[in-house]
Amino acid sequence: MTQSIDLLGRPVENRRAGAGIDGMAEAELDRSGRLAAIREGRLASVHSWELVTAVDGPGTRLTIFFAGCPLRCVYCHNPDTMEMRRGQDVELEEIERLLRRYRRVFRATGGGITLSGGEVLMQPAFARNVLRAAKELGIHTAIDTSGYLGAVAKDELLADVDLVLLDVKSGDEASYKRLTGRELQPTIDFGDRLARAGIAIWIRFVVVPEWTDAAENVEKVADIVERWQDVVERVEVLPFHNMGQDKWDVLGMEYRLRDAQPPSTEVVERVREQFRARGLTVH
Amino acid sequence: MSTATTDRPAAATAPGDAWAGFAPGPWQETIDVRDFILRNYTPYSGDASFLAGPTEKTLRLWDHLERTYLSEERRRRVYDVDTETPADIDAFPAGYISEDDDVIVGLQTDVPLKRAMMPSGGWRMVETAIREAGKEPDPRIKEIFTKHRKTHNDGVFDIYTPRIRAARSSHIITGLPDAYGRGRIIGDYRRLALYGADFLIAEKKAAKDAVAGHGFSEHWARYREEHAEQIKALQKLVRLGEIYELDLRRPAATAQEAVQWTYMAYLASVKSQDGAAMSIGRLSGFLDVYIQRDLAAGTLTESEAQEIIDALVIKLRIVRFLRTVDYDQIFSGDPYWATWSDAGFAEDGRPLVTRTSFRLLQTLRNLGPAPEPNITIFWDPSLPEGYKEFCSAISIETSSIQYESDAQIRERWGDDAAIACCVSPMRVGKQMQFFGARVNAGKALLYAINGGRDEVTGKQVTEPGLHTPITGEGPLDFDEVWQRYEEMLDWVVGTYVEALNIIHYSHDRYAYESIEMALHDSEIVRTMGCGIAGLSIVADSLSAIRYATVAPVRDETGLVVDYVTEGEFPRYGNDDDRADDIAATIVHTVMQKIKAIPMYRDAIPTQSVLTITSNVVYGKATGSFPSGHRAGTPFSPGANPENGADSHGMVASMLSVGKLDYEDALDGISLTNTITPQGLGRTKDEQVTNLVGILDAGFMIDDE
Repeated sequence: MTQSIDLLGRPVENRRAGAGIDGMAEAELDRSGRLAAIREGRLASVHSWELVTAVDGPGTRLTIFFAGCPLRCVYCHNPDTMEMRRGQDVELEEIERLLRRYRRVFRATGGGITLSGGEVLMQPAFARNVLRAAKELGIHTAIDTSGYLGAVAKDELLADVDLVLLDVKSGDEASYKRLTGRELQPTIDFGDRLARAGIAIWIRFVVVPEWTDAAENVEKVADIVERWQDVVERVEVLPFHNMGQDKWDVLGMEYRLRDAQPPSTEVVERVREQFRARGLTVH
Repeated sequence: MSTATTDRPAAATAPGDAWAGFAPGPWQETIDVRDFILRNYTPYSGDASFLAGPTEKTLRLWDHLERTYLSEERRRRVYDVDTETPADIDAFPAGYISEDDDVIVGLQTDVPLKRAMMPSGGWRMVETAIREAGKEPDPRIKEIFTKHRKTHNDGVFDIYTPRIRAARSSHIITGLPDAYGRGRIIGDYRRLALYGADFLIAEKKAAKDAVAGHGFSEHWARYREEHAEQIKALQKLVRLGEIYELDLRRPAATAQEAVQWTYMAYLASVKSQDGAAMSIGRLSGFLDVYIQRDLAAGTLTESEAQEIIDALVIKLRIVRFLRTVDYDQIFSGDPYWATWSDAGFAEDGRPLVTRTSFRLLQTLRNLGPAPEPNITIFWDPSLPEGYKEFCSAISIETSSIQYESDAQIRERWGDDAAIACCVSPMRVGKQMQFFGARVNAGKALLYAINGGRDEVTGKQVTEPGLHTPITGEGPLDFDEVWQRYEEMLDWVVGTYVEALNIIHYSHDRYAYESIEMALHDSEIVRTMGCGIAGLSIVADSLSAIRYATVAPVRDETGLVVDYVTEGEFPRYGNDDDRADDIAATIVHTVMQKIKAIPMYRDAIPTQSVLTITSNVVYGKATGSFPSGHRAGTPFSPGANPENGADSHGMVASMLSVGKLDYEDALDGISLTNTITPQGLGRTKDEQVTNLVGILDAGFMIDDE
């Protein structure tokens, strides 16, 4: 096979969830069987999957987007993952099959599996089983989370996590609540726990003009992140883009950032500098 | 450089000093470049730190070329055409880019970028191209090639059947090399450097005389006539050398001469043939032997070695053929596929990566990115890390490298194979291809549904009554459509292969590639390179028919001109077996049908899935599909998923393409990927590592 590598494509700064579960079998269970399977972590509601490079952790990764999220972030570019009912039922065996299939890809690229969403910790029993299966196959594991449900992640689950991609969306309770509809403290607690357990973290911070970009807010975020500096390997500062707008429209949901502009490169660079000033590796 | 011109018999051309220091072996007795390389080359497992930048002379030469010629050509489309001199190996006097052009000399005509007529393929194309370039054809030349000398194009149309003409004019078969040079032949240009022309001529004379005892047959008559043509071509090559004050009769004695001699042999072929693809072969390991010898002797520096390779690459960037605007449209520009194959592994397990493999890539830094020569890396996950990273870095910087699976090519075609055009592998000097353009497999599906009526023109293209259209308003039934598709493929493939047989019979007679074949063994393997376009569209359309509901939309004559597809269906390119298996089945079915037909000169039938450049033209001539592909819009390239249909990442699409059985597509499968450097990682190092990983993953042999 020939690979002509052509480097003229679209920019990929904004991370949209994948497009469906093609290649994954959808489970067909009756109601009681379904509920039992969910309880036992054998069945999950999945939005989509994708094999991606350089965005959800090191190497090329199988990213599974789970359906359902407790947060309602105003800038969410995947609002179609907010509700669990919009996902499709996928059984654990199906994920395990993909893990085996893509093991050689992970090996060749230094990649692994990333559980994302939505919020993966909405379905902790399933997540735990997937992570265990991955570790048994020697596959690198990551979870991509807001940390809001960090308390439901049992120590056994975290023992199978190599990397946490942790969103710290804003620096204080008031602005966090305004932005996400929820509290910040659980994220801080979760980060503290990761730091104690020595689990590597990549911090994500999205620069949203007028919502998160104020220098004081960034300082507060940096204060939080600095507490975990022993385990924070990098901080990814991501400029907000309006590429999720179509999804809000399709879902008939009110999008409060309609036609909002992305931050200027100066602002993004200023935010990066603020994190760099704490001695953190920033991208 | 010697300028002696006295005649010497072959035996007196003792290689003497030219071979001093080389490890001896069978290559000294018979022509065997591969044996020479394997006994003499030095694998290199280090990194790129030894490389030299461009010399002052290189920069001056490149700058002069850009300012005086290339920029002007971009403005005019064609820089200039010679309308008086039908091209040949020794037809033009010497030409130079500037006074700095003295490292590797030789131009196709006497002026850079000036194009020559090659009317043996057909006069009309030449005449059109001359007029499109704003000049008038010379009536004397026109008379020769329309009255006194029959062309390839004349020959083909004397033999074509009504069925072929119908398939051709309805665009279900397009791009056939029936009016232009077929290309896809790689002369072993290294032979001239290693042995010198006297030796090659003596070998060809011996081969010709060796069959003198056979009684008359068309086979042996053709054999001897072709050898006579090859010998004459080699003699012209010697004269070409004299024009540039080079004694090509003897072997090259230095690194500079080895490159110069190799280029002269290639130059002779692009002076006498304007094939669609004029690839140069696999040179790095060979040239590296000479460079290493001179470096060790202290007669060459790294900077001089790089200057020689840079100078060669400059020459390979300014090959030009006289093409029509139509031709440029089919091929999306003016490519000539001077493909240079590199790296991979030797059969003895050593990597065929040398310092010159690095020097070749370095030309993209020294001279900037360019599509030619088309550098093609035979990739394997176990290539030396330093080389893999350099390839990846240069890919990210210049987007000018193509990758092939070394394991697949080596297992099938050995470790001295090279790519002709973009994916067709062949043993250098031992194998040639009859280039077959491709059939529009997408359009064939629409013909199957419409019983051989063209969905664009409404015209009945297949013989009336031969095929039954699908009738009724109900949703299409997969089994019925598949059966009709198979029947239509019988007609399409049968017509197509017959056309190819005719074309290559005629090309051998009227536009024989004598210099390229002179640089081949006398007994060679021939392949018939058939091809298909529109694979992903057929796969997705059949998947739609099977997994969703597809209702045909008819015009007032009953012709199906569109489809309404309701429901979800899996699409090829997402590592979903349901759709990918359909794609693999299509490729397999076409190959089975090709194999059933006897080939001209006992060629081995092969298939490619590779349209890189002609997708716009194929799309234009084709209607709408059940997959949702709209009439008149471009096909996706080669074996790529439909544009936008692969939604699960590049590696998933690579794995889908990997499910096509290589045995069904021995002429190659291409997948064109578009990546932004930023999409590969946050830092350059991360990007380089991640691209290496992706290539490793894509070319890894399945071990599950």
